[in-house]
Amino acid sequence: MSTSRRVFLRLAATAATAAAAGSALGCAASGGARRRLAMAIDVRKCLDVHGCRACVDACHEAHNVPAIPDRAHEVKWVWKEPFERALAVREPATLPAALRGSEVLVLCNHCDNPPCTRVCPTGATWKRDDGVVAMDEHRCIGCRYCVAACPYGSRSFNFVDPRPFVAHPTSDYPTRTKGVVEKCTFCEERLAVGRLPACVDACPAGAMVFGDLDERGSEIRKLLNERYSVRRRPELGTRPQVFYVI
Amino acid sequence: MRRPTLLVAGLAAFVALATWPVWHALAGPRPTAPELARPVGATECVAPTDYMRASHMKLLVEWRDRVVRDGVRAYTDRHGRVVTMSLSKTCIGACHTDKTKFCDRCHDYTGVKPTCWDCHVVPPVPAPPALAARGEVR
Ligand code: HEC
Ligand code: HEC
Repeated sequence: MSTSRRVFLRLAATAATAAAAGSALGCAASGGARRRLAMAIDVRKCLDVHGCRACVDACHEAHNVPAIPDRAHEVKWVWKEPFERALAVREPATLPAALRGSEVLVLCNHCDNPPCTRVCPTGATWKRDDGVVAMDEHRCIGCRYCVAACPYGSRSFNFVDPRPFVAHPTSDYPTRTKGVVEKCTFCEERLAVGRLPACVDACPAGAMVFGDLDERGSEIRKLLNERYSVRRRPELGTRPQVFYVI
Repeated sequence: MRRPTLLVAGLAAFVALATWPVWHALAGPRPTAPELARPVGATECVAPTDYMRASHMKLLVEWRDRVVRDGVRAYTDRHGRVVTMSLSKTCIGACHTDKTKFCDRCHDYTGVKPTCWDCHVVPPVPAPPALAARGEVR
């Protein structure tokens, strides 16, 4: 008995060592491949092109986002909000004059700790390994838990059939139907073919920088290392991946 | 049972009426299978025709999950041909030009109404000269 126990223990120890080595290797491998996609918006560069809507139009055209005039039914992926409200500025009087009363771009923050994905009962929204908070419109049952959970109002519900409100539908991307939720997807369909998000490409001021936070020397890493940036409502612990460079 | 003839006649009339749709269908012209416009020069879709005819909806759902859930967009068929898994870029667009002359003709015939096109946008049918160049005029 004692011999076989010893053999067993030896085998167990070997197996444990192998498993540990394996997982260490696995970690190293996936650690190298893992991406942490994020966006930085240079607020001042954006303000330089006052009244510009290039990014909003590019996004909404590329994704067949309906232009519904009734604000109660409105659907949006990227839009502008008053600076003070978007970034919850406590003391607006302390803001530089250029920023006071200005508008800032807002979109899905692709949070590192997203509340929306946790409440989805069907798995129709989830966080991908590369950081994108993805949407599977096929699984959305329109319960709107995610809309309630998102503290940024980044999700829109289709209260009406959106098709009639898409002026020039492109067949490159589906529309949605009445009864599903939609939002910015960081242009996962463009990332898949090695392109940048449509808004980033469209910005005439180069105010939007997109990239991998974990990639040393990436443009976004450099920008965030050099300049001061803030995120929306950090106190909520959602860890947004959209950074506002002030 | 005073009048059996009346009873039998009544029963016969009832049976005739109740089975009328069957007789009518049998007497009428045989429905003809719809004529489908197939891409010229292609011998098979991404899988054998029998499989596609019976299970194309399963393949499409597989494609959907691969693209949306796994982020994979390329599909390699059994002959090593690589296509993009997409309803509006590959099925219609690259392979079939006119959805109404392929998918719809068969779906109308079989009474199937896929909801996919409520979202997926049907690409515009190319102009007749472009179609003729591809040898497709039906
Ligand atoms: C509520 C809207 C909606 C409905 C209904 C819908 N889809 Fe989709 N589908 C989408 C969206 C949005 C995408 C993501 C497109 C992308 O990432 O390029 C997508 C992607 C796909 C893709 C991969 C990309 C492509 O271009 O085709 C397939 C395949 C697909 N759907 C199949 C289906 C099938 C089959 C049905 C019907 C049984 C269906 N879908 C119904 C919204 C929808
Ligand atoms: C030869 C006849 C035929 C052709 C051609 C055909 N289909 Fe179908 N399709 C069917 C039948 C029959 C069903 C229903 C099968 C069932 O319910 O079991 C079906 C079902 C479907 C479904 C599932 C519908 C649902 O409600 O779940 C989808 C999606 C679909 N077809 C897409 C297509 C597309 C896209 C094309 C054209 C590229 C196409 N089909 C061409 C016969 C056809």
